[in-house]
Amino acid sequence: MSAALSFEQAPPLSVPHRFFLTGPLFGVAAGVLVALRGDEVVLSRWSMATFAAVHLVTVGFMLQVMCGALMQFLPVAAGANVWRPRLVAGVVHPSLTLGAVALTAGFLGAGADAMRAAVVLLGAGLTAFVAVTGLGLARSPAIGPTLLLLRSAVAALAVTAGLGVALAAIFAWGAALPLVQLVHLHAAWGLGGWALLLVIAVALLVVPMFQLTPPYPVRFSRGLGLAVAGALAAWTVGVVLDVAALDVVATSFGVGALGAFAVKTLHLQSKRRRKVLDTTVFAWRVGLGCLLVAGAALVALRLPLPALARARLEYLLGVALVAGAFPAMMAGMLYKIVGFIEWLHLQRVMAVPPTMQKVLPDARARWQWRVFTGAVLLLVGGALWPPLARLGGLGFAAACVILELHLISATRLYLRLSAAAALETPATP
Amino acid sequence: MSSISTLFTPHHHLCDEAFADAEAAGAEGRWADAAAATARFSSLMEVHLRAEEDTLFPAFEAATGMTQGPTQVMRMEHGHVRALIQRMERALTAKDADEFAGAAETMLVLMQQHNLKEERMLYPMCDQALGGDGDLFAKLSAQLAP
Repeated sequence: MSAALSFEQAPPLSVPHRFFLTGPLFGVAAGVLVALRGDEVVLSRWSMATFAAVHLVTVGFMLQVMCGALMQFLPVAAGANVWRPRLVAGVVHPSLTLGAVALTAGFLGAGADAMRAAVVLLGAGLTAFVAVTGLGLARSPAIGPTLLLLRSAVAALAVTAGLGVALAAIFAWGAALPLVQLVHLHAAWGLGGWALLLVIAVALLVVPMFQLTPPYPVRFSRGLGLAVAGALAAWTVGVVLDVAALDVVATSFGVGALGAFAVKTLHLQSKRRRKVLDTTVFAWRVGLGCLLVAGAALVALRLPLPALARARLEYLLGVALVAGAFPAMMAGMLYKIVGFIEWLHLQRVMAVPPTMQKVLPDARARWQWRVFTGAVLLLVGGALWPPLARLGGLGFAAACVILELHLISATRLYLRLSAAAALETPATP
Repeated sequence: MSSISTLFTPHHHLCDEAFADAEAAGAEGRWADAAAATARFSSLMEVHLRAEEDTLFPAFEAATGMTQGPTQVMRMEHGHVRALIQRMERALTAKDADEFAGAAETMLVLMQQHNLKEERMLYPMCDQALGGDGDLFAKLSAQLAP
């Protein structure tokens, strides 16, 4: 038990906010890219436009938001102190930002130098992030399955990053590595490992807490973690040793885990004691619905299919996870996280700080959610009629612009009020 | 098994119930119901905070020597909780639905993240440091009794 455990440890506001303010900008870029080159994205998961669009969301948007949120969340949820958060954010944030730009540029034809820069920047940023959060989690005194899931998620991020660096080395230095197998592993560990495990870990805490639902049963939570681990292990061994039979095992475990998680969460939400329905609940529902669509697509992809149908299903799977499930849940939570941490910081300097609703009113979140949901529906529709994907990209960009404007307005409010409070406070001699 | 965790955690849920009733009544403009549920919530919270501040935290601090650590932060957050309850009460008096909803939502998030730290970390630490103290447990049980 650590005597240094302080229980407060909320990092300075600038630590999470720099990540939160940057993420949606990459979402805008991803949406614009799909609006311009949606045909290529629908046509094949292997096109450079698809690689670029996917990484603009996963590395540019999701990773930024997840890193910022984890630096805020770990001390509260797991008592895991993040070592010198301002310094860490000062290293990780620019590395991830410039790394995502370089990676996208590399995919879009900027050449090997861009890929080399991406390897260095993302490699350095993620090494620092994994080291600091991993150390904090290793020392955590907290109890419960959430801690194990958080540790597993950070470990999966390290694996994803390692695989990503190997893949980028193919583009950057012409490394003789098996590209297709590495892509299969990288995608599975990134989306099925890091992102899914993190979302499950966060949901186990925040769904019962903020929606006042019954808790997830402990055995269910442990089973989820084991199923995801089983899926990743079977998938990895199957890809590395080229054992096709393990594909079925991995799909069963993976679809079982995400299906059970989505259904259980929707079930718990139906038993919520909190009667007030806010937009975050709707955002979770869209996210969980997208997880179920992804599960159905994963099962369908195991069937013998003509090439066109397979490509469309792969597109649907990507849209359901990368454009739908994870961004939906993240945006829904961002409105609450930002509202709360601004209140938390302002109540230290003002007698009556603005409540979360004054910082980010639910009506704004609802507006963003409507545009976002419309965009996801259009993107899903692109699997049937590809021109819809372009419109969906435009909608996704619009939803990210709205999110960014709301976050900027919340940040400006904070800066204005904290500056006014500083003026009113007499200087100490 | 009797423990600090099993004593205090269900009491958090009692507070949650009263809070949910108050918030829902406020959102629906049922001001008399909102006032009654807020009064119940406020009273339950005060009992809970007092049991911690007057009995549990001093015992933990005496047993561990940790006077400036977790308990200090918890006391500070108790101050925030009380301030937000007052804000909810003022909004009720003024029948200001937006202010009541805003104060209630902020209260919920503050309370839940506070409870999380207690349930996942502080109570297990208290059980480890004070687990065998039957007199303390009896005193806390009496304080939290309805």
